[in-house]
Amino acid sequence: MSPQVCALLVDATAETLLMVGISGSVATLLGLPLGVALAITGRGELLPCLAFNRIAGLLVNATRSTPFIILVVAIIPFTRLVAGTSIGTRAAIVPLIVAATPFIARVVEAAIREVDRGLIEAANAMGARPLQIIVKVLLPEALPGIILGLTLATVSLIGYSAMVGAVGGGGLGDLGIRYGYQRFLPDVMAAVVVVLILLVQVIQSGGEWLAAWVNKRNIRS
Amino acid sequence: MIKLQGVSKVFSGRAGAPPVRALDGIDLEVAAGEVFGIIGPSGAGKSTLVRVVNLLERPSSGRVMVAGIEITGLSGARLRAARRDIGMIFQHFNLLSSRTVFGNVALPLELVGTPSAEIRRKVGDLLELVGLADKRDRYPAELSGGQKQRVGIARALATDPKVLLCDEATSALDPETTRAILRLLADINRRLGLTILLITHEMAVVTEICRRVAVMESGRVIEQGEVLDVFVRPRTPTARALVNIATGGDPPDLLMRRLVPQPVPGGGIVLRMVFRGALADQPVISQLSRRFGTDMNLLHGRLDAIDGASYGVLVAEVTGPPAGIQATVAFLHSNRLDVEVLGYVPPSLRAAG
Repeated sequence: MSPQVCALLVDATAETLLMVGISGSVATLLGLPLGVALAITGRGELLPCLAFNRIAGLLVNATRSTPFIILVVAIIPFTRLVAGTSIGTRAAIVPLIVAATPFIARVVEAAIREVDRGLIEAANAMGARPLQIIVKVLLPEALPGIILGLTLATVSLIGYSAMVGAVGGGGLGDLGIRYGYQRFLPDVMAAVVVVLILLVQVIQSGGEWLAAWVNKRNIRS
Repeated sequence: MIKLQGVSKVFSGRAGAPPVRALDGIDLEVAAGEVFGIIGPSGAGKSTLVRVVNLLERPSSGRVMVAGIEITGLSGARLRAARRDIGMIFQHFNLLSSRTVFGNVALPLELVGTPSAEIRRKVGDLLELVGLADKRDRYPAELSGGQKQRVGIARALATDPKVLLCDEATSALDPETTRAILRLLADINRRLGLTILLITHEMAVVTEICRRVAVMESGRVIEQGEVLDVFVRPRTPTARALVNIATGGDPPDLLMRRLVPQPVPGGGIVLRMVFRGALADQPVISQLSRRFGTDMNLLHGRLDAIDGASYGVLVAEVTGPPAGIQATVAFLHSNRLDVEVLGYVPPSLRAAG
């Protein structure tokens, strides 16, 4: 591989990390409270509010069922409003956030629903306020599951980020399409795939390690 | 301390199913400093009853008073404040797996914004009280069932409650650990003057630490009184069944199957006698043989003590002249023993036993 291709590879990796890092972080900030809200507003849950639960659930499902590449194009006006442009890495982050937020909300919701109902009951018996139950019981107890869910979301985001080349987002996927496929440079394609595999591997292992570390459920003395 | 008046709870059934009446007009009063047991088979409504006391379940009708406050009239912040006066421990402990022993016991104190120095002192004292000072930094997954329940007890006591609710607190524990936990509860009851309401399906738990007991079935209290009375003279089939499990069951099946309902000429009578208090120490049986010329063949028996008073249950077959048998039964009744005729045995079959 020529030094130029190596430089392209480094740039593309940085762009991918930037897009995934920013969109993942923002989507977590948005998706975490949304997931908590979905989990606690269901029937018979901590703060039942079926109207909210239905509407939020519907929106989440609608976003998740839209193919990502269509989502990217469909929300271009919104992207332009938020990012000031509809082309480039900065613009690509917006649809990534829009796609990842409901995904993260669902994995957070699932992790929180896994928390033993008995713990909520015990906290209620102690006189805990709903917010205290969320912060001191639900989130800490669901943390291993939430971390695994976020790991899954990050890996999915890397996959999505390969498609934002369509709007000039750059990144590894874009490099692979333009150089590896369209210019028929199989070594570039192979390098892109190897970097992606390594990236996913590192994120997956890191996430699993972190989840195991915060999980105090299975330790034995 | 705890007073329930006409408490009912109806759960609306799921889609088409009829509503379930979990509690049906419960009246109950637990005095301050008392250990009160509620026993019943599963599905009797015990769990709902204990949850009504701290309003984890809101009754459909009726009033619940705890420490002079009508809990059923509270909601929001005032209900949460009242709940801090009511500790609760659970069958499956309900400890936070993400917190250490210290963190679990500290939780109720954190909720009310106790300063951390105060929390450290208080939690240290509580762990000392339940005998877990050395497990302070362990996680629940590293503890045995009995240790977990001790953490549960320490946590329940953190806010200095007046009442402790125990929801099948020993049902997940082995018999030895159960006794240790019950001794701890009895000790806490004595030392702190805490009122304890415990529900269980095991009579042995009730006889171990309760003074009074209520027997529940199908959402109603069907029997209520001093433990010794209910234990020795159960009036309902449900209470009797629970007592029989605790005492190792009825006389052997082999014997029960040979019994016939009517007297048989030349046969014997099978009696179940309950001796209690001073009577348990008198030579009643040898007196019978001497006075009425009857023979007594012991078939099944048990001696035990409840709340410091000894009691004995004997199942015996009495044989001899019919007049003697009659006189024997009359004598036993006149001695204020609890005597029950279980049945009669024909002479031919007697030899087989």
